[in-house]
Amino acid sequence: MKEPYLITGWCIIRKDRIVRNDKVESVTENFVNFAAFIKALYKKETVSYPKFYKMDNLSKLGFLAAELLFKENTFLDRYDRKEIGIVIMNSSSSLDTDLAYNETIKDRSNYFPSPSVFVYTLPNILIGEICIRNKINGENAFLVSEKFDPERIIDGVELIMDKERAQACLCGWVEVLADRFEALLFFVGKENRLKEQGVQDGFVPFTSEHLVNFYENK
Amino acid sequence: MGIVVSESIMTPVYVASDNIVNSMGLSTDEVIHCMESDSTGFRRYDDRSLTPSPLPLSLVNSELLETTFRSILAARHPEIIPGHFTRMEKMFIVSIHDALSKFPADTCGPETLLVISTTKGNIDLLEENKKDFIDPGRIYLWKMADFIGSFFGFANRPLVISNACISGVLALTMAERMIDTGRYKHIVVAGGDILSEFVISGFLSFQALSPQPCRPFDLSRDGLSLGEGCGTVILTSDPGIAAPIMISGSATSNDANHISGPSRTGEELAMAIGEAMKEAVTGAGDISFISAHGTATIYNDEMESKALGIAGLQEVPVNSFKGYWGHTLGAAGVIESIATIRSMKNNRLYRSAGFSEPGVPVPLNVIRKNADASVQNCLKIASGFGGCNAAIVFRKS
Repeated sequence: MKEPYLITGWCIIRKDRIVRNDKVESVTENFVNFAAFIKALYKKETVSYPKFYKMDNLSKLGFLAAELLFKENTFLDRYDRKEIGIVIMNSSSSLDTDLAYNETIKDRSNYFPSPSVFVYTLPNILIGEICIRNKINGENAFLVSEKFDPERIIDGVELIMDKERAQACLCGWVEVLADRFEALLFFVGKENRLKEQGVQDGFVPFTSEHLVNFYENK
Repeated sequence: MGIVVSESIMTPVYVASDNIVNSMGLSTDEVIHCMESDSTGFRRYDDRSLTPSPLPLSLVNSELLETTFRSILAARHPEIIPGHFTRMEKMFIVSIHDALSKFPADTCGPETLLVISTTKGNIDLLEENKKDFIDPGRIYLWKMADFIGSFFGFANRPLVISNACISGVLALTMAERMIDTGRYKHIVVAGGDILSEFVISGFLSFQALSPQPCRPFDLSRDGLSLGEGCGTVILTSDPGIAAPIMISGSATSNDANHISGPSRTGEELAMAIGEAMKEAVTGAGDISFISAHGTATIYNDEMESKALGIAGLQEVPVNSFKGYWGHTLGAAGVIESIATIRSMKNNRLYRSAGFSEPGVPVPLNVIRKNADASVQNCLKIASGFGGCNAAIVFRKS
């Protein structure tokens, strides 16, 4: 039988609530737009990372979800950074930034294509930002699917971890299009490694049913 | 008590069929024929709907694409009018159709998956005049992939991979692993991207484009050249369709250094190369040929030379196929892998077009002339924005 993989930490960011490791915080401020929302969250969490302001919306959201996940979770430090992989999925790829970039080239009399916007017209830049922040060097994959697809996220992770290319993976769903957004990130480890460290109890198994439960009920 | 070596229990994953659609042709044979006759696919374009200033580009011949696409459409779906398809979708359909026509097994059952690799898909749908008969929803990569998948009647929803310039190699990597682990028997991997004003203006804003056709690894290289196209590879574990070329190892890594600049040391690409070669049980001396990423930007080619040096591969014959048809983005890893596979099948090494004077810090054995050679194990590498790197090893039985 295959060794079970376990969720050792997780974080969800939605319009009305932030959930991490079962701690739910309601967002009480009235929602104005994504930019105001994400900036307020960045300040509230007292993250200090000036590069944050240069990121596009997708990277800001995924970056903060990873920050919140790792803030109170020490599991990241239990692994060599080369043995951590990242698999992220969403629905609209980088369309939110594609539309913004397109605005800069639409009008010939007002033509200002910018490299700092263009670079974010690739969804995996989010993975790059998380890797830079956390010095993660392992395998990566950015997948695109109509809806949150737990089976394919698990497949993506297993194709890395079953092959011993990683001992842990950060994975999940980070979607932004205008003011519609949600992020769910999970940090997943192998049971045997966690047992060796004496910490295998109480973790949610990394299965499709559990991911659906996180998505629908948390 | 023996030690179980994981490599020895790998399911062989065969490369059973392929197609290239690019500026040099609509089939792999046509493209290879052009390379044998020493021509390249670049032309100078001064079309203001594409580029604000004249540039060498490698574009697919639109008339040929249209004629070929229409004959496929008439045969498969005479009820649909051609105006319902985008340029990108036509390329995917022409490429996948050709690869399927040379593959003997049925691919409409649950044991087959379509994997689509692309960075921008139908990005030209953002241009307002292009939407007449086309569902604008196909700007979503998954929706474009579903549309292409249903055209061919694939039973499973396609898997879409969008990971910058390593998309194609990553798609082959994931496909090989999905077959190896028994998830699917056959996987059709199709990688494609088109050139539009969106992509060209972006690379221009980066000042990353050369005014001349690109010169990978050359001393005077001054930037990349863009190309468009589509490549399709059909992988199978079916021993009845066993072909001479197999995927024997693969790995990816991240620089964790910069979102748009390559690593200064090349260590992270070297790490992916090392892992892929370890899985393939291949030493540096067993590699006959390397198909490099070779974009012809100063820093990419520098980084790659360092990575190949770290991996002990600096003596191995190497080229960049981008000197023939430019950087085809999400198609690049697939198209360049197919050209590599042809090198293996034909026992031919193809020159690195545009190269004359060595110009990278770690001297490489860049191929100067097409030549016959015994080509056995080959390495294909790629790197991209977001700091991603990928390496894949092909073996000939």
